[in-house]
Parts: sequence; structure tokens; C-alpha cells
Amino acid sequence: MTDMPLSQPAAAPERRTGSLLAQDARTRRRNAAESRFRGYGVAAIAISMLALVVLLATILSGGAGAFRQTYLNIPVTLDAAVLDPKGNRDPAEMAKVLTLSYGRVLDAAVEATVARHGIQIEGLTEKDIDSLISKEASAQVRNRVLADPDLVGQTVEFDVLVGGRIDGFFKGRVTMDSAARDSNTSPQQLQLAQELADRGEMVTRFNWNFLTNADASDQRPEAAGVGVAILGSFYMMLVVLVLAVPIGVSASIYLEEFAPKNRLTDIIEVNISNLAAVPSIVFGILGLAAFINFVGLPQSAPIVGGLVLTLMTLPTIIISTRAALKAVPPSIRDAALGVGASKMQSVFHHVLPLAMPGILTGTIIGLAQALGETAPLLLIGMVAFVRNFPDGLPGGLMDPASALPVQVYNWTQRSDPAFIERASGAIIVLLIFLLCMNLLAIWLRRKFERRW
Amino acid sequence: MSTVKFTVSALAVIAASATAAAARDQIQVSGSSTVLPYSTIVAELFGENAGFPVPVVESGGTGGGLQKFCEGVGENTVDIANASRPIRDKERETCTANGVTDIMEVRIGYDGIVFANSASGPDFAYTPADWFNALSAKVVKDGQVVDNPNTTWDQVNPDLPQQEILAFIPGTKHGTREVFEEKVIAAGCEESGALEAFKASGMDEDAAEEACTTLRTDGKAVDIDGDYTETLARIESSPNGIGVFGLSFYENNTDKLKVGTISGVTPSTESIASGEYPVSRPLFFYVKKAHIGQIDGLKDFVEFFVSDEVAGPDGPLAEYGLVSDPELAATQEAVANETTMQ
Repeated sequence: MTDMPLSQPAAAPERRTGSLLAQDARTRRRNAAESRFRGYGVAAIAISMLALVVLLATILSGGAGAFRQTYLNIPVTLDAAVLDPKGNRDPAEMAKVLTLSYGRVLDAAVEATVARHGIQIEGLTEKDIDSLISKEASAQVRNRVLADPDLVGQTVEFDVLVGGRIDGFFKGRVTMDSAARDSNTSPQQLQLAQELADRGEMVTRFNWNFLTNADASDQRPEAAGVGVAILGSFYMMLVVLVLAVPIGVSASIYLEEFAPKNRLTDIIEVNISNLAAVPSIVFGILGLAAFINFVGLPQSAPIVGGLVLTLMTLPTIIISTRAALKAVPPSIRDAALGVGASKMQSVFHHVLPLAMPGILTGTIIGLAQALGETAPLLLIGMVAFVRNFPDGLPGGLMDPASALPVQVYNWTQRSDPAFIERASGAIIVLLIFLLCMNLLAIWLRRKFERRW
Repeated sequence: MSTVKFTVSALAVIAASATAAAARDQIQVSGSSTVLPYSTIVAELFGENAGFPVPVVESGGTGGGLQKFCEGVGENTVDIANASRPIRDKERETCTANGVTDIMEVRIGYDGIVFANSASGPDFAYTPADWFNALSAKVVKDGQVVDNPNTTWDQVNPDLPQQEILAFIPGTKHGTREVFEEKVIAAGCEESGALEAFKASGMDEDAAEEACTTLRTDGKAVDIDGDYTETLARIESSPNGIGVFGLSFYENNTDKLKVGTISGVTPSTESIASGEYPVSRPLFFYVKKAHIGQIDGLKDFVEFFVSDEVAGPDGPLAEYGLVSDPELAATQEAVANETTMQ
């Protein structure tokens, strides 16, 4: 414009009159459009925040209960006549006494406790008293007795889990109203629980066992925990880390820095992008065919889960690593080559360290995605009831294990409503893990990021 | 160079795992989601008491479980398949083709199928004919075969409450659907005389039977492909709905559900065991005989499952809602002798 002769001004649409500060119709329209757009943006964020808040509120309110658990403290008289009928205190013989017999010893103990406190409730049946405590308690007592047979005949104090309904009562999930209709509990039983709580025998406290216990069957939701699932998820993430990172990073370094640009590498590139969008269940089908049926790896094992998730995570890692490598300015490579470095030296001494934050972020996000995946695990037998902890590494990779998202899926299918609470609790645990991983990714990026 | 180290260690892991792949020390079970809770209860007790690891129990549906079961013999195949229906001939053929020949069939008890509505709703007393008239695509009205015109339960039967017809029934992939069609809809078709009317209207035998079990598709009968928890959630959101549940599921949720009677009989483990309550089915599991002796504790597990303490009328399974098998002793004997199917 400055070059134009002043005598020939550009044909202005209309000569503007009046104050510069007064907006004309066109400016007003443009400003209105801008503020509308801002409004849309704010609305979009508000909607997503609202969805997030509702989701978190539902999960937290539903799952917070899983982290608290009610226990009953009772002295149990370990009746020798029942627990060691032959009287030899031989653990092998005593192991023949099933938990069902221990259940009767415990029933007597609970009845004795109720009698000791002189609690009288009209309409309270023996069944109400006996079903006060969890079935898990008999296993707890049996294990303790088998470990120390000399306890037989003595009276020992035990901290036992109470039944799921009673526990729900202290958490507000079960009310007197619902108990009146419920065939598994009764208002009298809840009254008894309240009386025991008032006397300090029954306490609700933080539930570490939720994090360390294994899954439990439908009859004892109060004993179920995510221990095996956390361990299984950890093993799988280890396999993914050990396999996907080196394979993914070396594949991307080769493709980005060394590979000739031709039709073949184009095809490979398109396929990698395609694989990143393949539904994850497809990798499960592949895993079943390749790792279980062909290689003969065992079902339900974290190694197979890890391998399947590796396949699923590889494209994500390759794509983000290539993007990170691309972002390193070519001048770095040129300078390295200019002072006589070989191609490999320039990549490994200069480009790769600079691309590291991007690679780490991509890897962690890939891992986080793998951590939350259920569908591919369905087909390789990991969506299962697993109660034994897998062994330590590396043998534990071959033992059956569960995974956190699988545990959530399993628990939502159970009939006892107490499992819904457990499922929400497991979601909270999973979310905390994901949050930690994403924070780590952000922290690493901030720490190592270089700007040019 | 850390990449090289990583790759080497990764290869080492694979190598180590390939050699360790040899031995399996726990039993693997797969199959029906109806049998799953019973299976996990027994697995848990077995692990506590028998000194063996707790069996791993998967749910994949009866069909999926039997498919896995029939894949072959060997440590990387499952030992037991849970089933909510007897194994089909076609599945036996697949089994035989893959070398799974000696199969033990174990009947663990009976499962009742109940109809329940929201606990705040009215009481229902159905007959199979009511269900047929409410849900069938074609019904008989004044001697004519017509498209189902009923929209409320009192149109079906004046004794029923005036409530909109809305039924959540198991999807076709469920074993429960088959029982529902056979014991409720087809029975109701015959009972109400519709089967005869269909035949009289010119259909042949097969077409008439097919017409009996063809359900209406106008949104009054909703297929639920998920599990009972989904049915329960649907009933909670639409209080007019009536759902089809397993007895054990209902017994664990009596605070939210109200069960209907069939022909005047209230479902319970007792009324099902005596045969008064008509809608029930046997539950099974299938065991590979070839794995007995190969997998530690397999026979112990099967014997433990059908023992009186566990599967008997006072055992934990009955407590959870399984209708104990009156012929349990025969099953125990068959298991002890390792009797296989013919």
C-alpha cells in the first residue's frame, strides 16, 4: 500500500464519517461473531466439565464406601472337639476339618458375644445372628489355627469382617426400609449391628484390604479386593514397557532417520496409522490365535495380556516417537554431521536426547491407554475369577492374574449390590493410577523440554 | 545403547517364559455366566479347604465355554466347561473332531427362572398363557389369528393390574431365552389353545410352533443381551417393566424386586425342587476325563463340587439360590467312577 501513489487512492467502499470510536454495523457484526464463538467455546468446556464432575461425583460417591469396611471384634473359643476331633494337634489331620465346621464355631462365638452384652431384640432369629459375620471369617480362623495348632482349646480374639449387608448399613447403602424387604437381612439384624457398634465391638475403619485382597466369590463381597488385579496390571505394564518401548522407538528411529523414502515405507507408514485405529478386540483375537493356540502360552496369564497390549500400544508409541523426532530441528543433525559425526552418532548423541521428552510422553500415554483396556483381555481368558496371587517375577508372568479394568467389568455383573460399590472403588484406584501416569508424563515433558 | 539392552532383556523374558510354559498347577473353568457364581463359590471353598490353588473361573457364556472346551486336550485348554443347558450334538462333534472324546457330564442342580417387577409396583400372578398373550407376535382373538393388540396387562387377563406391557427378556444368545420360550411362551401357547387355533388357521405343525414362540417386535418385549444387572437397571429406570431373572439374582435383590407367581406358585428353592414351580432348568458342567491325573486336583474339585456339604440342600450353593438336585447321590457316584457320556 505504501508504494501506491497518493493521487490514486484505492477505491474505498464508502467514506467513513463520524467518530472512530463509534462502531459501524460491520464491526459490530464481526465483534458479535467473535463473542458468540467465545460463548460456544465456554459452553463446550462447561459441558465437558459438567460431564466430568457428574462422572467423578457418581464414582466417588459410589466407590468411597469400598475404602471403608466394618469389622467385628469377637473372642472365639476354639472348640477342640470340633476343630481337632482326634486330639493329636496334627496340622495334616486338622486340615480335614473344613471351613464349614469353623463356621459353626464362629456362629457360637457371635451368639456368645450377643449374650454377653445382654442384647435383647424382639424377633431376632438365630439366622440373623449367624449371618452377621462374613463367610470369609471361617477361612481366616482356620488359617490361623492351622498355622498354630496350639491355639485349639483356647479363646482367641479375632477381628472378623461383617457381612456385606451389615457393612452396607454403616455406609448408608442398606436402610431399615430396604432391610424389611430384603431376604438376606432384617431390621432386627441391623438393630443388633447398631447395638454392637454402640458398644464399640463393631467398628468401621479404613480398608487396606481392598487394595491387597484378591477377588472373592458372590457370597462374600466384603472380602473382595483389587490386589490380584493391581499385580496383574503391573505385570502387563512391565511386559508392555519392556517390549513396546525398545521395539517402537527403534522402529521409529529407523523409519524417521534411516529409511529411504519410497513406496514401501509409505505403505508401512499408512499401515501403522491404520493399526492405531484398529478396535482393540481385534488384537485380542490375534493374541488368542498367535500366543495361546500357536505358541502355546497359558490362558489368563499376564505375559499373554502384556504381549497383546504391546501390539496395541506399538502404533501409538511409533507415531508419537516419530512426531518427537520430526520436531527436532534439522540444524541439529546438520551441525552434528558437519563436525564429522556419523549418521548414527548424530541420531543417538543429539537427536534422540532432544526427542526424549516427546517419546516419554507418548510412551506413558500409550501405557495409560493399555492399562485401561478390557476388550482384548476378554478373549485370552483374563476376564476371570482369580483368587490366588501370581508368583514373583519372572515366573508370575505365567500365572493366572486379573487386571484392574477387568475387575471392574467382573464386579458390575455380580448380583450382590455390594459389588457395585467395589466396582466404583476399583474405578477410583484405576483413575488414580492413570492420573499418576499422566502427571508423570507432564512432569517429564516440563523437565526435559527444549524450545528453539 | 540402552535400547540394545532393553531388546536383549525382552528377548530373555520371552525365552524364559517359553520354557516356563510347561506346567499348569491350577484348574481352569470357562462357560455359562449363570453357573459362574456357583463355580466361584465352590472354587473359593476348594482353595480354602483342599490345599490346591483356587481354580480360575472365566465366564464366556455356555456356547463360548463349550467352544473353548472343545478346542482340544492339553494344558493350554480349559478343563471344565460350565453350561446352563446340555451340550449339543454339534458341539460334541466338534469336540470329537478335536480329540476331546471322554467327557464327564455333571449336573449340579437346578436354576429357577423368575419374573419380577419393581418392588414398588403391584403384585402379579401370571400364568404361562398370560405371558404368551402379552408377548407373542400373533394371538387368537375371538377365534381369529391377529397381530397382538394387547397394550396393558389387564387386557391380557382381567385379574392382572392395569399396567403397560413392558418385558425385559433375555436376548437370544442367553441359554435362559431358550427355557423362557419353551417353558413359558410355548407352554402358554398350548395352554391358551392358541396352538390349536394356529393349526386350524391353516398352518402346519412346524409353522404353528414357530408362530407360538415368535415374539412381538413393537418394543413391548425388549431383548437384554447383557446380564441380570442390566435388566435390573432397566427396571429401575422404567418402573412399568417386568424382568426375567435367575432365582439367585432375585434372592440377592429382594429389596428392589417383587417376584410374580406362575400358576399360583411362588418361586423358591423348595417349590422348584418339588417341581411345582414350572420354569426351571438343570445346570451342568463338563469335565475332560483326559485331564484327570494331568491337572492336579481336578478330580478332587469335581468331587468337592458335588459333595453333600457343598451342593446339598443345606450347602452354600443352595443358600445362594441353587436348587439342589434330588439325585445328587447318583451324580456323586458317576463322578467317583469317572463315568463319561455315551
